Amino acid sequence: MARTRFIFSGAGGQGVITAAVILGEAAALHEGLNAVQAQSYGPEARGGASRAELIISDDVINFPRVNNANVLVCLTQEAYNRYYPHIRPGGLLVTDSKLVTPLSKVDARQVPLPLFKTAMETVGEPVTLNICMLGAVVAITGIVKNGSVEKVIETRIPGEFLEVNRKAFSLGYELGLPHAG
Amino acid sequence: MKNKTAFIQGNEVCARAAIYAGVGFFAGYPITPSTEIAEFMARELPKRQGTFIQMEDEISSLCAVIGASLTGCKAMTATSGPGFSLMQEALGYAVMAEIPCVIVDVQRGGPSTGLPTHVMQGDVCQARWGIHGDHAIVAMTASGNQELFKITVDAFNIAETYRTPVILLLDIPSEGEIEVVERLRTAVKQGVDFHPYLPREDGRLPMSDFGGVHRYNVTGLFHDMWGFPSDDPQVVHGLLRHLADKINNNVDNIARFKEYYLDDADLVLVSYGSSARSALHLVESRRRRGEKYGLLELQTLWPFPHSIVREKCANARYVAVVEMNLGQITKEVKEAVDRPERVYLLNRIDGVYITPTDIRNMLRVIQGRGV
Repeated sequence: MARTRFIFSGAGGQGVITAAVILGEAAALHEGLNAVQAQSYGPEARGGASRAELIISDDVINFPRVNNANVLVCLTQEAYNRYYPHIRPGGLLVTDSKLVTPLSKVDARQVPLPLFKTAMETVGEPVTLNICMLGAVVAITGIVKNGSVEKVIETRIPGEFLEVNRKAFSLGYELGLPHAG
Repeated sequence: MKNKTAFIQGNEVCARAAIYAGVGFFAGYPITPSTEIAEFMARELPKRQGTFIQMEDEISSLCAVIGASLTGCKAMTATSGPGFSLMQEALGYAVMAEIPCVIVDVQRGGPSTGLPTHVMQGDVCQARWGIHGDHAIVAMTASGNQELFKITVDAFNIAETYRTPVILLLDIPSEGEIEVVERLRTAVKQGVDFHPYLPREDGRLPMSDFGGVHRYNVTGLFHDMWGFPSDDPQVVHGLLRHLADKINNNVDNIARFKEYYLDDADLVLVSYGSSARSALHLVESRRRRGEKYGLLELQTLWPFPHSIVREKCANARYVAVVEMNLGQITKEVKEAVDRPERVYLLNRIDGVYITPTDIRNMLRVIQGRGV
């Protein structure tokens, strides 16, 4: 399999780093792949721009950072404006359809999805936005099996939030599935 | 975990390795980007009959570590640049009183509070010369999590073997049996005089757990074999020589390094810590084009392994040091090799992790090929 580089971006507190850790662990522990996760954020505890990077490969990964991503996710307009130049030409750019207005000049397959609306209205927990997004990304890319991610969610998410996150993941997966391939 | 694989960040690897090495005491004051080490120790040490104390600052943290180590327990602290600055006084005490301990400095941008959440390798020379007075010190680093585990265990082993503080300089946000060395304890029985600073023939100083069966003095002043203060010129000379020699005469035993494609390398990159990963990425991509690049990755920075660097760089046309500071190791490499004019610094000092492309572009300039 080719090396796949992800950037999940958004505001601090939205959980983009958690989402990247979960995907990386699913690849490394349950699919026998190599994964490296890195992150960059400001000194604030909440708010500010947050960016999680993840590389998944069946080969050894030396350079652990992502300059230009095959898969870019932007959960805020600020993150979109900042990171859209970092998508590889022809890459996949997933955005939230309510929080981000995409630009037409970007050379990527742009997939706006109602992730926030789903987390807010169907799940009823806005904090599940990141896991809902992860479901969509897994469905669209097929990078790992959804079962592998579900196993990690069970170990990484605290008990009282497990059920809503499971639901958010499967709803996100369904949102992404029509855009697969 | 069934298959013994874990997807965890470097700080947790370091903490798990410390537990594997037998750490029993951690005192610290949490600071980004080292906080996860304190968090892990707070959670795990009490389960293993160990002790975790969050202190009021970094000064007291290292002092507590020194006290704990004296009582016979492997002890460590973890901090970042600003806290490491505060620890220098106690670090000097640990050097003088020969207290084994491990100090982890997860580097961030500096000086001062600097860049809390971005990477630099600016504390390399502070690790060497942050404390006053002539001395020798051990500082180690690693570029990946597998290696970090081994190097952390090594740090504890070297601390015990040479009765010295060891600094682990980390800058990463992320086989076989690993040997753990136990402390060398005195065979002197209760009721018999114990000389805490009387070296054996091999230069090593066995310890007695403080508060145990022997009474002895520990001080930051120059001291005699009993541990009591002395300004006798012979004692002062002898102790200072001992403090330097026990490290400097063992450079080859303390040196840890990795080499990649050095046999026929025409261009040798020298790097350490996370920047070594960028360097290796570049070396492998250039090798695929048939260009003779190689990498020497240093894991022990102090004492600086001059003879190893000299030997590995002997046949290179260019030697380029990749680091994220203003050339703290470049200076040492220039001193180590013959024809130091072929040694170049390739760096980034803006808080951004140096990329293989950065290195490639700088190399092209050095080689007169232009970017």
